[in-house]
Amino acid sequence: MLKDITLGQYFPGNSVVHRLDPRTKLVMLVVYIVALFVAVNWISYGVMFAFLATCIAISKIPVKSIVRGMKPLMFILLFTAVLNIFFTEGETVLVSFWAVEITLEGLIRAFFMMIRILMLITGTFLLTYTTSPIALTDGLEALLNPLKKIKLPVHELSMMTCIALRFIPTLIEETDKIMSAQKARGADFENGKLMERVKALVPILVPLFISAFRRADELATAMECRCYHGGEGRTKMKLLRYNRNDYSAYGIGVLLLAGVIVLKRFGL
Amino acid sequence: MEPILQVQNLTHTYSAGTPFEHTALENINFSVNRGEFIGIIGHTGSGKSTLMQHLNGLLKPSSGQILLDGKDIWSDKKLTRQARFRVGLVFQYPEYQLFEETVYKDIAFGPKNMGLDKAEIDRRVRQSAEFVGLTEQQLQSSPFDLSGGQKRRVAIAGVIAMEPEVLILDEPTAGLDPVGREEILSNIQRYRQAKNATIMMVSHSMNDVARLTDRLLVLNGSHIAMNGTPDEVFCHAEELEQMGLDIPEITRVFLRLRAMGLPVEPVYTMEQGVAALKKLKEGK
Repeated sequence: MLKDITLGQYFPGNSVVHRLDPRTKLVMLVVYIVALFVAVNWISYGVMFAFLATCIAISKIPVKSIVRGMKPLMFILLFTAVLNIFFTEGETVLVSFWAVEITLEGLIRAFFMMIRILMLITGTFLLTYTTSPIALTDGLEALLNPLKKIKLPVHELSMMTCIALRFIPTLIEETDKIMSAQKARGADFENGKLMERVKALVPILVPLFISAFRRADELATAMECRCYHGGEGRTKMKLLRYNRNDYSAYGIGVLLLAGVIVLKRFGL
Repeated sequence: MEPILQVQNLTHTYSAGTPFEHTALENINFSVNRGEFIGIIGHTGSGKSTLMQHLNGLLKPSSGQILLDGKDIWSDKKLTRQARFRVGLVFQYPEYQLFEETVYKDIAFGPKNMGLDKAEIDRRVRQSAEFVGLTEQQLQSSPFDLSGGQKRRVAIAGVIAMEPEVLILDEPTAGLDPVGREEILSNIQRYRQAKNATIMMVSHSMNDVARLTDRLLVLNGSHIAMNGTPDEVFCHAEELEQMGLDIPEITRVFLRLRAMGLPVEPVYTMEQGVAALKKLKEGK
């Protein structure tokens, strides 16, 4: 069922991770990703993993739901792994047939690549799992605020992101409904050749687009009725404010990045 | 005569094995006779929609069986697919599922999926357009140029065109004006009479179900709370109200009259009410 997609779903909670300022979490995610790409070896990966595992443990997000969120991404993961196995040149050849060679280096590289992507996605999940879409876009807007100087419509961008996130579950539900209705008229989405399957999508996509436009229209009217006129002079109900936890988090972030860089220096 | 549809020990659990586990239907048993008009009433979230989607094989029971003409629709892939066509399902607000360039093509979508030949598709499209009162000119126009009520009728025609033996409708009159409601209801009646079809209709209008149906299924908290003729069901006014359901307005009036001491029996439709009042007047 489409409803089972948990990609980026917010899990309300009251852990330290949940209560962190969204700006902190966004910056931390960037630091984490940079550190992940700096990490090259068993020990540095170990450090990164320990950090991630601690964050998950503190946030009290069930590991099960993180794993379930991974499922739709399995294909990309396997694809990357296979590419790396076959196309990495190395000295220790394990298997060799026809024009293909599988090397030990390739296997190790594929393994690290998979771990890297997995940890990347898990880290991003942790952000969206612990931060409500509104807090997230608020944070994004605050972080991008300096770019207003170069005429970037920061408020509008963050409002758009917020609306997009808000409507994902609605549209998924809608798609589910339309699919059931067309199935009730004998539409078949599971069988047939590629072209037939693509054609079978038309009865879903047309009503879905029409309803998306209708919703957009209604939303625009509702926003205008409440005198929305862009970000100019708009104040926030929930002001973003750093507290002690946020400063500690920044400290940990700096330490993490520095640690991984040092480890790299020593070739670990 | 063997019932056309039988539901045996049907249970359905959503998202089984996750924290979001939720039992929508529990141990449901009932059967539907050929040609019957059945009304399904129940509070929001009582499992009506889930139940309907089982009857044409859109949802698979967690346990229990759906028998169509005595055969389990999940015992064979062919039977499951057949069930889709033999049991037509009209969802809530079906006008949002229209997608084709012309009304004609949209109505033809179902018959086309059945693999019928062109002449037969044409016959069915024209006949079902007639059932719901669409003109030749409307058949060639875009469904998106029609009014809300007309769109709804196009969508219903799209299901009727499959000539299902059982036609299930989920609140077919929701959001329509009184004229539109009457039209839809009489379209359904016309189809039933022409094809001797079985109708199951979910509705929140107690007046409509009291007037139209032969039998009522009352769903409450994923169980069948009552199963009987409108007379039998509506005499349990208090229980219905506890389930968050209503009784027909005329029944309410008569219950009040009786409480005031007039010698009347509760009635369920306007005609019965008028007759009862006339009798009372003449009696005096």
